[in-house]
Amino acid sequence: MLKRNWPVVALVVVLAAGLVAPLVTGASPAGFYVEVLLGGLMAGVLYSLVALGFVLIFKASGVFNFAQGAMVLFAALAVARMAEVMPWWLAALLAIGIMVVLAWVIERVVLRPLVNQEAIALLMATLGVTYFLDGFGQTVWGSDIYEINLGIAKEPVMVLDNLFQGGILVNKEDFVAAIAAAGLVALLALFFQKTPTGRALRAVADDHQAAQSIGIPLNRIWVIVWSVAGVVALVAGVIWGSKLGVQFSISLVALKALPVVILGGFTSVPGAIIGGLIIGVGEKMAEVFLGPVLVKMFDLAGGGIENWFAYMLALLFLLVRPEGLFGEKHIDRV
Amino acid sequence: MLYRENGQFKTSYAADQQMLPIRQDQIFMLALVAFAFAVVPLIASDYLIRAILIPFLILSLAALGLNLLTGYCGQVSIGHGAFMAVGAYAAYNIALRLPWMNILVVLVLAGLAAALAGMIFGIPSLRIKGLYLAVATLAAQFFFDWVFARVKWFTNYAPSGSVSVPDIELFGFVLNTPQRKYLFVLAIVALFALLAKNLVRGHVGRSWMAIRDMDVAAEVIGIRPMAAKLSAFAVSSFFVGVAGALWGFIHLGAWEPLAFSITLSLNLLFMIIIGGLGSILGSFFGAAFIVVLPILLNQVPAALGIPISTAMASHLEFMIFGALIVFFLIVEPHGLARLWAIGKEKLRLWPFPH
Repeated sequence: MLKRNWPVVALVVVLAAGLVAPLVTGASPAGFYVEVLLGGLMAGVLYSLVALGFVLIFKASGVFNFAQGAMVLFAALAVARMAEVMPWWLAALLAIGIMVVLAWVIERVVLRPLVNQEAIALLMATLGVTYFLDGFGQTVWGSDIYEINLGIAKEPVMVLDNLFQGGILVNKEDFVAAIAAAGLVALLALFFQKTPTGRALRAVADDHQAAQSIGIPLNRIWVIVWSVAGVVALVAGVIWGSKLGVQFSISLVALKALPVVILGGFTSVPGAIIGGLIIGVGEKMAEVFLGPVLVKMFDLAGGGIENWFAYMLALLFLLVRPEGLFGEKHIDRV
Repeated sequence: MLYRENGQFKTSYAADQQMLPIRQDQIFMLALVAFAFAVVPLIASDYLIRAILIPFLILSLAALGLNLLTGYCGQVSIGHGAFMAVGAYAAYNIALRLPWMNILVVLVLAGLAAALAGMIFGIPSLRIKGLYLAVATLAAQFFFDWVFARVKWFTNYAPSGSVSVPDIELFGFVLNTPQRKYLFVLAIVALFALLAKNLVRGHVGRSWMAIRDMDVAAEVIGIRPMAAKLSAFAVSSFFVGVAGALWGFIHLGAWEPLAFSITLSLNLLFMIIIGGLGSILGSFFGAAFIVVLPILLNQVPAALGIPISTAMASHLEFMIFGALIVFFLIVEPHGLARLWAIGKEKLRLWPFPH
């Protein structure tokens, strides 16, 4: 077992060594290190949420949904603009309705005519949807930077100052966000395991034809899956928007969810969560601790390695373990 | 009536295997090339050449390169904008540091640099395919974006991070007018299109197509997947690298790393989807479509007298763009090249119904 998996083990060992190196070598004070770690986890939660949308849709319909990022932006814009005239929770509820309608339209207009096409054609179609949603969202809701105010204090709180020198600065909002994300994941797990609809969804994900032959309506299932993905996008968008403001760059940053699903496996919900946390922590660590080293070594014009670190990590993973951490093993070796 | 191959009997293998076996096609192609070389530079306005024809030709070349990889060998890449960047920056650095070198040699070297980069990022294709590979090539895109923005040597320590190049000189001619630039680009693109056409109908192209259609079967009949896939990556990146160098030197003149961002990669992908996967002609159709569409979209509201803000126009452009892509995929998944083929088929029968 170990013999066959040695590249994976080697990669994990190198990554783990890199993770603890700053602490062990004393390059950073412990308090600062924990702060970076927490910041990474927080970013990771957001990546996880976007990746979750990807995985849901990929499992149920085999569509690689490039538009997930655009859906996050669209939902966030909807909430932000509607929250200007009503309480934010009402706006969020209305936005959920909008996302369901959107899912229905996408199924009707895009997916149904393209059924049985190759994966690449479907990928292209979701790219088209991405462009359309980006344009549509900004036409309807405007293209400035908007704020989502959830009514949570933003000022950082000092915790654990008896354990670390100087304490650790954390954002109360980040904690709320992390709890919300965890709650959403738990809710989804319940939905998938306990409700008849959830069971039907899992059946479709397992085998389209078998599911259809026992009477599960594929089209309706797809609408439901896209709606659920839309709601997940909404939660991600609201958290993200309340943290950094709602703007176009959300749509692009959501591309980070791609390496996350590679790392966690395309078909694994826990994989999306854990993959997101790994990517989030990994790239923050790399940016803060590896970045300055690289800058000094190669005389760079600034760091910014978090832009590609996640992708390189995913690339390495693809070479040693193509199915991801938790993905289904599929043997097509050529 | 006019387009019919009746009575054109082939009496030798060479005649049977030539590139354009039908006489009408030969005449049409010759006329098209003659028109492009001799007539267009005389009648086209400077604006038309600068804003439409030159970008169209260069992007055709890039789309052609991507089509060799995605359309013929079946390997998806969302990183070809990065390989264009590699070509452009390689050409910039070679021209800067070895100024005595002929521009044609520079272009070839830039292409080779891109080919090397393409092969390195093509290595994952030996183990993974399809969507997984798409993400792997995305890594190339973001990595090279970062490299050219941050590593100062590549931009010759320019403080703004953007580089500019002088007009290029070819055998004593300075390419400083749109017409000269156009002819230079046209010659190169025509040459590469000829090369691509012959590559795909020869041994190499057939091994690519075998890999695309069914990799296991291809391996069984003796095609080496590694050689086929990596050669597809190399040739494709070579084409795209040359296109990138031309894009920088001829079209842009001065550029920053953002010029080769992921938007460009996605646009290249759209070109070959809309034009037609696995079609040389389709690459040109797709490039024409993508170049002309935004210009048209900008012109239409003005022509109709509808006042529209620039921001609104760009959002509408996004929307129409996305809608058109979905529309094309639904109505004609095989692209414009298929429409062209259908048209030719109809023309063969016309004026008879069968």
